[in-house]
Amino acid sequence: MATRAEITSGLGEILEEVAGVNPDDVAEEKSFTDDLDVDSLSMVEVVVAAEEKFGVKIPDNEVQNLKTVGDAVNYIEANH
Amino acid sequence: MSNVDVVVTGLGATTPLGGDVASTWDAMLAGRSGVGHLTQEWAGSLPVRIAAQLAVDPSEVIERVRLRRMDRSEAMAVIAAKEAWADSGLADTDLDRERLAVSFGSGIGGAITLLDQDDILEQHGPRRVSPHTVPMLMPNGPAAHIGLELQARAGVRAMASACATGAEAVALGLDLIRLGRADVVVAGSTEAVIHQLPIAGFASMRAMSTRNDEPERASRPWDKGRDGFVLGEGAGALILERADHAIARGATIYARLAGAGVTSDGYDIVQPDPECRGGIRAMRMAIEDAGLTGSDIHHVNAHATSTPVGDMGEIKGIRAAIGSHPILTSTKSMTGHLLGAAGALESIAAILALRDGIIPPTINLDDPDERLDLEVAAHKARSADIQAAMNNSFGFGGHNVALVFTRA
Repeated sequence: MATRAEITSGLGEILEEVAGVNPDDVAEEKSFTDDLDVDSLSMVEVVVAAEEKFGVKIPDNEVQNLKTVGDAVNYIEANH
Repeated sequence: MSNVDVVVTGLGATTPLGGDVASTWDAMLAGRSGVGHLTQEWAGSLPVRIAAQLAVDPSEVIERVRLRRMDRSEAMAVIAAKEAWADSGLADTDLDRERLAVSFGSGIGGAITLLDQDDILEQHGPRRVSPHTVPMLMPNGPAAHIGLELQARAGVRAMASACATGAEAVALGLDLIRLGRADVVVAGSTEAVIHQLPIAGFASMRAMSTRNDEPERASRPWDKGRDGFVLGEGAGALILERADHAIARGATIYARLAGAGVTSDGYDIVQPDPECRGGIRAMRMAIEDAGLTGSDIHHVNAHATSTPVGDMGEIKGIRAAIGSHPILTSTKSMTGHLLGAAGALESIAAILALRDGIIPPTINLDDPDERLDLEVAAHKARSADIQAAMNNSFGFGGHNVALVFTRA
């Protein structure tokens, strides 16, 4: 089981790879679209990469609820 | 003839000879070949294991995250268009973007993306297919990326006429300005299909050279030993501008795009008409459109791809439409055949030949076909006083395009 810090850091790596986000900018309160400039197509890539990395399934109807990095960490922590 | 003059005010390219126009032109004048061995693992089993790959990979120019959302052909298109745009000086003007159009094509489109994503689909399932797949493989992708980059709002047109694409995109650009649809057009084309499937397809047609042991000698237009074309990749872009617009802003003018001719064969889906009837009509149309006669055309950058039939048909055509006086060259002897991008790159070569008074060589013309009864700048670049130059491009599907450029 990954810790919250490990999940955040793992998301940071994914965000850097697919969207060029500086991992230092990735924190739980940050919004994917407003703060990190992740567009909708890139968000799809982030979700697929996160599913693989953390062994979770993130259904499409759940993705719209993942507004911030913290939302994603919560979901992954509860479901992996 | 139109009473609207159109001029060329910017050039851009990324090619097997260089990452920009200047390095490409220098290499052409030096007679350097851009053809080499394919060292990719997939090439091992192919009958053709040579190609002319880019001198400067797009990853050296475009930032990584942006590049992973672009097909290679799109990245090349943007690189060439940005160079042409910077060269034109238009970036420093307040050009109304509703008067800026794009006419940019590709012969095959985002084939590498299609094939790579198909591999992912087969190996990992549909969920892993990139959400960027469709905008990466759509044939209007290169034109659309340029339009986005330069904020062009007078229409983004995507030409597709196989190996005539580049020249036809330039011809469309001329029409757009003459019709008053735009003041400036970014015109050209791109091609990036050095991959096992397109190569296998062309090789199955027996259209490609299999001179695998001597890559630099494989592309040999008009030579008796020619055995097919060598696949190249790259992009070329021209900034076309209404002449009075260019003059008013004090732009540097490379040449005048004086005329264009576009015809179709109605003969065969891939075989060129050995009598070059459609080609002759295109050349005559372009010359007439330019207000010239055949005797005014001093230089032709020929389509001549190094295939046994096509090269000689064009010779007949040039003789019929222009005469026996022009000095020819086929820069494909050095760059390989850039398919859809050929007409754009070769228009650039014709324009620079016109500007500099020097014709780049046709290398490897060691033993000319005896039916070659026109003068070619063989082996070495040749100085010539050129007032008007033509670029010919012909494509699968029976497309024929001729462009005439004259001194600024």
